[in-house]
Amino acid sequence: MSEGNSIQSLGDAFRGLSFVRLKRAVRLGVRSLWLHRLRSLLTMLGIVFGVCSVIAMLAIGEGASFEAQEQIKNLGSQNIILRSVKPPEEQKASDKGSQSYVLQYGITYTDIKRIRATIPGVTVVLPARNIRDYVWNISRRMDCELFGTVPWYPEMRNHRVAEGRFFTDNDMDQRKSVCVLGAEIAPVLFPIESPLGKHVRVGGNYYQVIGIMEPRTVVAAKDPGAEANKSALPRMYIPLETARLRYGEVLMRRRQGSFEAERVQLHEVTIKVAALENVIGVAEAIKEVLERNHKKKDYMIDIPLEMLRQAERTKQIFNIVLGSIAAISLLVGGIGIMNIMLASVTERTREIGIRRALGARRRDIIVQFLVETVILSGAGGALGVLLGVIIPFVVSYAAGMKTIITFWSPVLAFGISALVGVVFGIYPAIRAAQMDPVEALRHE
Amino acid sequence: MRHSPQTMPAPIVQFENVRKTYRMGLVTVEALRGVTFEIQAGDYISIMGPSGCGKSTLLNLLGCLDRPTSGHYRLGGEDVSQMNDDALSAVRGARLGFVFQSYNLIQQLTVVENIEIPLYYQDRPEQQSRALARRMAARVGLEARLEHKPFELSGGQQQRVAIARALVNEPLVILADEPTGNLDSTSGTEVMRLFDELHEQGKTLILVTHDPGVGQRAHRTIRLRDGEIESDVRR
Repeated sequence: MSEGNSIQSLGDAFRGLSFVRLKRAVRLGVRSLWLHRLRSLLTMLGIVFGVCSVIAMLAIGEGASFEAQEQIKNLGSQNIILRSVKPPEEQKASDKGSQSYVLQYGITYTDIKRIRATIPGVTVVLPARNIRDYVWNISRRMDCELFGTVPWYPEMRNHRVAEGRFFTDNDMDQRKSVCVLGAEIAPVLFPIESPLGKHVRVGGNYYQVIGIMEPRTVVAAKDPGAEANKSALPRMYIPLETARLRYGEVLMRRRQGSFEAERVQLHEVTIKVAALENVIGVAEAIKEVLERNHKKKDYMIDIPLEMLRQAERTKQIFNIVLGSIAAISLLVGGIGIMNIMLASVTERTREIGIRRALGARRRDIIVQFLVETVILSGAGGALGVLLGVIIPFVVSYAAGMKTIITFWSPVLAFGISALVGVVFGIYPAIRAAQMDPVEALRHE
Repeated sequence: MRHSPQTMPAPIVQFENVRKTYRMGLVTVEALRGVTFEIQAGDYISIMGPSGCGKSTLLNLLGCLDRPTSGHYRLGGEDVSQMNDDALSAVRGARLGFVFQSYNLIQQLTVVENIEIPLYYQDRPEQQSRALARRMAARVGLEARLEHKPFELSGGQQQRVAIARALVNEPLVILADEPTGNLDSTSGTEVMRLFDELHEQGKTLILVTHDPGVGQRAHRTIRLRDGEIESDVRR
C-alpha cells in the first residue's frame, strides 16, 4: 500500500510472467476491449493520428529535402560557382534610360587568371558566357540562353549528353559553329526529326546541332529572383570561343529612344576544388581576391556544398519540429488512454475485487490492465503506421510530390506508441492493484 | 501452545484471540474484541448476529481478505495472520471458496469462464481447468448453460455458478456470505439444498447470515454480539 510496495509489485509483475500467462492476459485484454469497441476505437485515435502524421510528414519532408539535395548535388559539391550580376547602383542608373553608355561589370578573364595563380587547390575552371536570344529552326522559334562554355562542362557540372556529343577542344580552337541543345529545346524546334546534324539559326548565324543534353532540374530555390528567371530559360551550349567571336564582349540592347550596352566578359565561372574539405577555404580566398579587385559588388558566389549543408540543417530543424509535434500528439494520445483506463478501473472495481478474492495477486491485476493499455496503444500505433505509409503514396500520386518513407520512421513511431501505452498504463494499473479487495467487493 | 495431533484431528480453522480495530478518522472502532474458536474438517457452521456485530469483519478475516490487528488465525495449520498480500492471494486462490450475496460473477465472461477464474490464477493448464469447470457446472446442474453470460441466468442459477466457482479449486473451507439474501424462497431453498449436499460430501462450510431459517440448517451456530462470541451452539 505504500509507494515502495507499489513499485516493487510492479517489478514483480513481470518476473515469472510466463508466455502462456501473457498470452491469456492478452486474450482477456482483447476481449474486454472488444466489449467496448467504440470506446476503445476512440481512445486509440489519438495514437493513430499521432503516429500516422509523424510518418506521413516525415516521408513528405524527406522527399522534398531529397529533391533539393539532388539539385544541389547536380551543381557539384566540389564546385564554387561565380556569377556576374549587375551591381544595384548601375541597375538604377540604367533604369533612368536617358544616357547611353556602356556598362561594364562582372567577372573578367583577369579575375580567373588571378584566382588560378594565387589560390592553391583550384583544379579546373569552367568559364561561361550567356547571351539571351531567339533560336530558330526555319519558322519555329524559342527564347533561349546561349551558353558559351568549354568542352569540360559536362563532367564538371554532372550534366551528361543524352544524344550525340559535346563539343571538343578542336571545335573550340577552331571557333566552329556547333551547338548542343538543352533537353527542352530539341522537341520544340524539332518536333518530328532528330535535330542531330541539322542547323539552327540565332540572329544571322547558323549552328550545327551535334548533341542534346540530358534534362535536368533547375535550382531556383536559393537564387535571388532575377537569377532564377534567367537560369530557368532553356540553354543552348556553344563553344566559349565561338561565343566570343560572334558576340564580343559588349551586349547591345535597344531601348526606347536610346540603347544600352553592357560589357561582361564572363557570366558564369565554375571553379572545381581538388579536395572537398578545402571548398569553404578556397571560397573564402576567392571572395577576398574578388573583393580586392572589384570596386562594386558585381558578382555572386554560390557554394553548392554550403547550400547542401544548409539544406541538411534545414532538414534537421524540420525533423526536430516534426519530432516535437509527434511527441505532443503522442503525449495527448497517451493522456487520453490514461484517462479512459482510469475510468475503466473505477468502472471495474467490482471485477477487480472478485478477481482478488479468487486468488489474483496485485501483479496479476497490474498485468491485466497494463496489457489492455498496451494493446490499445499498440493497435493504435499499428493502425497509424498503416495509414502513415498509405498517405505518402496517395500524396505522391495525387500531388506529384516525391515522398520517401525511411525504414526507421514507422519502427520508431510504433515503438514510441507502445512505450506510451506502458508509461500511461502504469498508473491506472497500479491504482487498480492497490485497491483493497474488501472495499472493491463492496463497491456498487 | 498445545499440540495433540494423536488424539484429535488438527482443526482446519483456528482463531486465537483475534482482534480487529479500524480507525475511522479520530475514532477507533473495535470490530472484533478477542475471538477464539476452532472449526474441524467437515463442520457445517453458521455465523449469526445482528448487523454491526462484526460478522462481516469476521468473514473478511476468515476469507484472508484482511489481516487481524492482533491474535492468530491458522488455516489448515498455517498461520496466515501476518502473511503478505501475495501470500494471502495465493491462500485465497488455493484454499478458500467464496459465495457472495450478490453472486459476484464477472459479467463479460461466460458461465464456464467464471467458474474457471480461481484456476486461472493458479496457472493450471487451460484444458485441465476447462474440464474441471465443466464438471463443476454439471455438479450444480448447469451443464446446459456453459456458454451463457450471467445476465442470461436467473438469480438462483447465478448463485449456483458462484457455488461451482467456489468448488473448482477444492478449497479447505467454503465461505458463504448471505448466500440466499438476494433470492426468492424457491431458489433460496434450492441453493440451501445444494449446501446440504456439499456438507454430506464432507465439505467444510461457513455460512454468514442473519436469516434464522438458513442458520438452522447448519450443525453449529456461532452468535456474535458487539465483536465477541455470544454463544457457540452445536446441534
